[in-house]
Amino acid sequence: MVAPVVIVLAVLVLYPLGYGFYLSLTDANEANVARDIGAFHAPATYKMVWFDNYWSVLSGADGDFYPRLIWTVIWTLSCVVLHIAIGMGLALLLNRQMRAKLLYRALLILPWAVPAFVGVFAWRLMLNSQYGVFNDMITAVGLPAQNWLATPFAQKTAVIMVNVWIGVPFNMVALLGGLQSIPKELYEAAEMDGASPWQRFVHITLPGLRPVTNTVVLLGCIWTFNMFAVIYLLLGQNTTGEADILVTFAFRKAFTGVSDYSGAATYGIVILALLLAFSTFYRRRQLKTEQA
Amino acid sequence: MRRGISIAAAVCALALTATACGDDGDDGSTGKAKDAKDISGSLTYWDTSDATTEAPVYKKLIDDFEKKYPKIKVDYENVEFASIEQKFKSAAKTGKGAPDVMRADVGLIPEYASLHYIAPLDGTLALKGGTDDFTEGPLNTTKYQGKTYGVPSVTDTLGILYNKKLFKKAGIDKAPTTWDEFIETAKTIKKKTGVEGTYLNPDSYFLLPFLYGEGTDLADTKSKKITINSPEAVKAVTTAKKVYDQASAKVDFANSYDNMQTSFKNGEVAMLVQGPWSVTDDLSGKAFKGDEGNLGFAPVPAGSTGKPQAPTGGHDLTVYQGSENLDAAYLFTQFMTSSQSQQKVAEGTATLPTRESAYTPKVLEDPRIKGFHPIMKTARPRVALPQVGSLFTPLVQQYTKILQGDVSVKSGLDAAAKDFKKLLPGYTIGS
Repeated sequence: MVAPVVIVLAVLVLYPLGYGFYLSLTDANEANVARDIGAFHAPATYKMVWFDNYWSVLSGADGDFYPRLIWTVIWTLSCVVLHIAIGMGLALLLNRQMRAKLLYRALLILPWAVPAFVGVFAWRLMLNSQYGVFNDMITAVGLPAQNWLATPFAQKTAVIMVNVWIGVPFNMVALLGGLQSIPKELYEAAEMDGASPWQRFVHITLPGLRPVTNTVVLLGCIWTFNMFAVIYLLLGQNTTGEADILVTFAFRKAFTGVSDYSGAATYGIVILALLLAFSTFYRRRQLKTEQA
Repeated sequence: MRRGISIAAAVCALALTATACGDDGDDGSTGKAKDAKDISGSLTYWDTSDATTEAPVYKKLIDDFEKKYPKIKVDYENVEFASIEQKFKSAAKTGKGAPDVMRADVGLIPEYASLHYIAPLDGTLALKGGTDDFTEGPLNTTKYQGKTYGVPSVTDTLGILYNKKLFKKAGIDKAPTTWDEFIETAKTIKKKTGVEGTYLNPDSYFLLPFLYGEGTDLADTKSKKITINSPEAVKAVTTAKKVYDQASAKVDFANSYDNMQTSFKNGEVAMLVQGPWSVTDDLSGKAFKGDEGNLGFAPVPAGSTGKPQAPTGGHDLTVYQGSENLDAAYLFTQFMTSSQSQQKVAEGTATLPTRESAYTPKVLEDPRIKGFHPIMKTARPRVALPQVGSLFTPLVQQYTKILQGDVSVKSGLDAAAKDFKKLLPGYTIGS
């Protein structure tokens, strides 16, 4: 009874993937694919170029790929590190005995519950250099107004900040779940043996959380690497393109003017390959540490 | 195998002749419809006009159309301007859900025409009555490789909009006519009144008056040359950078358009390079509300060619090539762009008609139309390239970097030219 699974996989995964890969080996764009528009019929005139697209991307000849890749990696690393660090801090705070714990937890989850585009637009309004609340606050205490979204550096900082705001709640909830699954007896025993709070954190909490953190880091990396909404919506169209990560760059390729299907498909396949390589490597390393 | 190819070619040729014949109204489907009253069916119309201020006027016009031709039913849909291109293209490609008639930005005509999404209109009902009455600027936007693909519906261009009271306060009695004067005026206003002189819109469309003022453009279709990094273009962008550095309020690049509008209509900025579409919004701000005469109009400043020139903007009505009801679509297009319809739209929305005869004394009573009507003489068509929409992306990225001082004007434009070359097969980079 393996047939249904195979069919579903073929339709949902293999066909689109295969077609994308096929497109990436051609020079297809919106002007040379086959179209039937009313009485007008245009035959397909694109041709196979085999690995030309990959060559021009990977050799750096197109001049776009490596700058985008470097920024995508920086973006992913900084977002994931901040997500885990802040999420862990909040989870530790919430894991203690306190009153109104549910209320705090609900409030901290809020950024995650808001649809991403609503959150991002709210941030865009707040960061508006002339009419945003941020500048109102700092000018009220006598500091000079800032242009929060102007230069590439400011834009990069802003997108990281907003993405951290959106992503921390998930990490917090996941890590809180992990914390609660660590047996209390371990802490009691360690306390009896005279372990300091720091020692307890390093030797009980961190190893106890490992199954959770391993998954959260892997998911976080994949999500952040492909996080489209924050960058595309926060910066709008009038930007230098410096803050574009690989996916937003590929999107602009595919959806501005006459669409470049083969170029966008090439980027799609390269992104997929990078993520596959990363997760395979990550899982391997994980297995090794578990066996050790 | 060879026979296979020739049959395919013959089928293609037949298909092409069929469309061409359809245009002349000779073949079966259109032949019967000699009398417009006999056309029946339903059609979908996608409109991009402002949903609150303009759409009601168009809807009323559609009611008139349905009254006049009771056999035709029009399905009106208002689509946001920013998203219509994506929406139309994905529908047009698959042939499912595309509208029969659409209001398209004039800059998109070459792209849609080259992709065969929109139907040629020469000889159809849509252009019945000829095109002599249309103003030259908007009419030029409908042509692609010798055929007509749209009927001009609304037109616009860029000009200077200014706050007369602020000018008076600064002791200036007329709008600047060159970019140097523009910068001087802005500086004087800032010095005398404390209000910002201008707000430079960092969008690449608003860079075009600078380029045209030096007699250059993004590319030259005749010699197949990319001219965005020509010495003239370098001069043009250097001027734009000078305006930004010396005369403009601080630009918020991510919110540039909205901030520009808000600060102008609140009286925090004295003059803008803007289009007539913004005037209704301007007049709603506290600087102009109840004091419409305070808003001044002037042509864009001239560059070193001495001639003020700005892009022709606006919208043309286009007919989807795959429409199942082409006759009704042609008829609807004709009705909506007739002189009477344009007068009604102009009176109701204060947008600029594309027919000379629609500029009646009553239409010209509106200060918004009267202000921009003479400025329309400065309008010139954009370079008719299908890829023009794609070119604006690398251009705006480099322009932003240039304005922010990250790269020099020359190297920024060289980089833009390199990106243009990837998008324009067969073009060389001119010197």
